[in-house]
Amino acid sequence: MDSRFPPDLRDGVRDALPLLLGIVPFALVAGVAGIEAGLTPLQTVGLSVVVFAGASQLAAIDLLGRDAALGVVVLTVVVINLRMLMYSASIAPYFRDLSARVRAGCAYVLTDQAYALALARYAGDREASTRRPYYYLGVALTLWVVWQAGTVVGVVFGAAVPDGWRLGFAVPLVFLALLVPAVSDAPSLAAAVVAAAVAVIGAGLPFNAGLIVGAVVGVVTGIVVDEAGVASAGEEGGGGSDPAEGH
Amino acid sequence: MATSYGPLSVWTVIVAGGLATFAIRLSFIHLFGRVDDVPPWLERVLVYVPAAVLAALVAPDFAPAAATVEAVLSPELLGGAAAVLAAWRTEDVLWTVAAGMAGLHLARFLL
Repeated sequence: MDSRFPPDLRDGVRDALPLLLGIVPFALVAGVAGIEAGLTPLQTVGLSVVVFAGASQLAAIDLLGRDAALGVVVLTVVVINLRMLMYSASIAPYFRDLSARVRAGCAYVLTDQAYALALARYAGDREASTRRPYYYLGVALTLWVVWQAGTVVGVVFGAAVPDGWRLGFAVPLVFLALLVPAVSDAPSLAAAVVAAAVAVIGAGLPFNAGLIVGAVVGVVTGIVVDEAGVASAGEEGGGGSDPAEGH
Repeated sequence: MATSYGPLSVWTVIVAGGLATFAIRLSFIHLFGRVDDVPPWLERVLVYVPAAVLAALVAPDFAPAAATVEAVLSPELLGGAAAVLAAWRTEDVLWTVAAGMAGLHLARFLL
């Protein structure tokens, strides 16, 4: 039975295990936060199954809890997940020989972590395409299963915990945990500061427009600062290469 | 802060958000051969999306209601500060959330 497991699949599962330390608390928060925001257990788990992208799920929960306009909620999910366009483009050559159905399945479980691990493994040998998706699927499916299980545990836990524990506060804390590493250089710092300022000033606008306007102005600021830095200094220690650099 | 949206609205968000996310994931995997790469301008935009969106999402949660000492010394803001410190030192979600919750409750107890 064990021998019928492709070794690549096993390798993928094994390599995913250390990531679970980061995934499990995140999934628990997704479950707890859904309940705290007034979603039903089924809706909270449904969000994890249907969307399966942590940061965007928490954003959707947060915005639904604030009664933001539904269009703004969906738009925010899309914007947060746009980065996966790059993963999709970067990993596509390795999935080229697969059937359309298998490719669709691979796409559904595409995450930051599965992309990063699989690309590191695949880079360098572009042939041997037959067993290609096994390693990727080993990582991706492990994360999927743990993500769903963690959400369910979070839902059960969230329903049992008294409000005084303030577990809903974990949502902005997770955003901070993701934001701090994303601010790696001057342009991204400028993008974050301006986006934050505009969002706070625009907090009273209808439909949570402050969020969208803040994000757009922040991105533009990042590009402008980047251009200015390139034009003047040439380079200044652009070290922290983020996962957004896939080719 | 419980939502006042009904089941239909919530499920609409879930399904629409899920379909859009799936379309993003599938895009190039499906189109490869016809479209090989992300256009450079889009790639430049995407670099700054995480920092800008996360900052815009989180800032209103921590913005003090007024520029007074009481408003600035809120448990939420102190918990947030503890979380930022932990995120910066550890870059780990678990430690960040733990530090933020500990900061929040410690501040509520002390203030």
